[in-house]
Amino acid sequence: MADTVLQVSGLSTDFVMKRGTVHAVRDVSFTVREREVLAIVGESGSGKSVAALSVMRLLQPPGRVTDGKVLYKGRDLLTLSHKEMRSIRGNHISMIFQEPMTSLNPVFTIEDQLVESIKTHMKLDSNAAVARAIDMLRLVGIPSPEKRIKDYPHQMSGGMRQRVMTAMALSCDPDLLIADEPTTALDVTIQAQILALLSELRDKIGMALILITHDLGVVAETADRVVVMYCGQVVEEASAAQLFDQPLHPYTLGLLESIPGMEDAESDGPLPMIPGMVPNPLNLPRGCAFAPRCSRREPRCSGGMPELTELGDGRKVRCFVAADMIAAEVMPRD
Amino acid sequence: MRERDSVADMLKYVVKRVLMVIPVMIGVSIIVFALMRVFSPDPAPIVLGQHATQESMEAWREANGLDEPIAQQYFSYLAGALKGDLGVSYYTKTPVAKEIGARFPATIELAVAAIIFATIFGILLGVIAAVKKNTIFDALGSFIALIGVSVPIFWLGILFIMFFSGVLHLLPSGGRIDVLLKPADVTGFYMIDALIEGNGAAFRSALVHLIQPALALGMYSMAIITRMTRSSMLESLGQDYIRTARAKGISEAKVIGKHALRNSMIPVTTVIGLQFGSLLGGALLTESVFSWPGIGKFTVDSILKSDFPVVQGIVLLVAVIFVTVNLVADLVYAYLDPRIKYASKREG
Repeated sequence: MADTVLQVSGLSTDFVMKRGTVHAVRDVSFTVREREVLAIVGESGSGKSVAALSVMRLLQPPGRVTDGKVLYKGRDLLTLSHKEMRSIRGNHISMIFQEPMTSLNPVFTIEDQLVESIKTHMKLDSNAAVARAIDMLRLVGIPSPEKRIKDYPHQMSGGMRQRVMTAMALSCDPDLLIADEPTTALDVTIQAQILALLSELRDKIGMALILITHDLGVVAETADRVVVMYCGQVVEEASAAQLFDQPLHPYTLGLLESIPGMEDAESDGPLPMIPGMVPNPLNLPRGCAFAPRCSRREPRCSGGMPELTELGDGRKVRCFVAADMIAAEVMPRD
Repeated sequence: MRERDSVADMLKYVVKRVLMVIPVMIGVSIIVFALMRVFSPDPAPIVLGQHATQESMEAWREANGLDEPIAQQYFSYLAGALKGDLGVSYYTKTPVAKEIGARFPATIELAVAAIIFATIFGILLGVIAAVKKNTIFDALGSFIALIGVSVPIFWLGILFIMFFSGVLHLLPSGGRIDVLLKPADVTGFYMIDALIEGNGAAFRSALVHLIQPALALGMYSMAIITRMTRSSMLESLGQDYIRTARAKGISEAKVIGKHALRNSMIPVTTVIGLQFGSLLGGALLTESVFSWPGIGKFTVDSILKSDFPVVQGIVLLVAVIFVTVNLVADLVYAYLDPRIKYASKREG
């Protein structure tokens, strides 16, 4: 497709450790189009952050990409030299992280860190780079940026630091921003501000956004399309509207049901939760990884791994039962 | 606003720290004063020789104030010291300040050379060991550090002399300079004096004389700095901001040399400061091995000869040096880590 920014196909990442090999990302594929917000959703340990770091080639040993392609505008990032990859990072594809408190270097000023990003990829003299840095801070909503740029990270709040991180990531007009749990460490009110900021900037700059989160509330507010991950695999892919309207995979369903909502507060019952625990990544069950926790489990689920089935409309699901129901057009509405 | 405040804060802090030297000096002087008199209750027979008569010893004690009660001795010493008079050596009758002044430049020269060597190679080895963790480079760096920590410096010095002077005839085995080339005394630092004189031969001679003792003396400090740098660097490299730096697309050299190194230098600075402080206190054995005329050897001699005023003077000097070096290290801290504030009450 012409408007595809990033196409990940068959990505697999392993962590080889003494106790065994963890297949943190298993055959993951997804596509991000221009100006689109793709949410990657999953619990801790589902492989969503590892997938993002694999795309950026920022994995540290023992993590290693073992298979797959990451096509950015037709170039496979996994085959680029380190130097070529550096010219992509922070320039065409940027990333912000979960921990704004520790993601900025404590011993350098905001100015130093922002200007460094800008000068790495843009041919600007120091004055122009500082001017651009101030503009970027203004863009992300930092008041009196001319003054705050002289601050050190510890002089700022968490929300402000995440804004600085965002300014840094956007300082070279990237085509794609990967935001790895950008709001998890922040207060709820600040979370909403940062999400609103990201959506607004997406429109202003015209970039695509991969939003990695475990919070479906965040997805509902910002995402166009959603990829749900479980145990390193994509288990469902759908547009955000489809996903909230009619979740297909039992895991997605479980995630949606366990969001505390207004109605639940009135209904007085305990919040539903997914029974059981995420399996040990060193010892995944044979067959569907979600089967041991699944309410719709059938004997075949533990026998073999279901394929990620295309359902039309860009929907995909990795579940025998759901795929059959869709085929028979008897999908229950929960 | 903010910057002017912090300069004022820093000045206040420095003044406070300098004033804190006073109680330290009083404490140190009391301790050394008492200790000398415990270890050597009567220096008279040592100074005058065993065959001195009772009368001459009495006269000597009276002349040096040793017949008075200890408290009174101390207060008259303190009164003198406050006026800058540290007394005279029992043997040479030369003012203590002058005796120390004649030897201290040699010690400073050696200590500075040793700490420069230790800092450069210590940080270099430590960084390489951390970046190449669990490789042959790491093992080699750690091995060198282990040797440096465990081998006695004087023995290493003897090995150096045997090899570089004895076998290779590359470096002189002792002394500060070729006696014939000695420059006129201006600062007491031969290399600086040689430069002032414009005497290239003297400068080279002072330099080659300095290499061996500086290497031997700096080896231990280098090992300590290497270890500290390695562990501190490993910690920095695991931090989130390093991932951020890599995500920016900057070169790995900059990630390590700028983002990781600056952070890991904070604890290393303390170690360098402490090492330098103890090097300045005089390297007893190294100075002896290399016949280096510094205050290290002078200290031992003076203790053995019960030369009270000299020992007291040296100890006071070493105490001042330690406090000063620590203060400087603290100031460097604040430069390295903006989170450290000097203001005692106000929160940043």
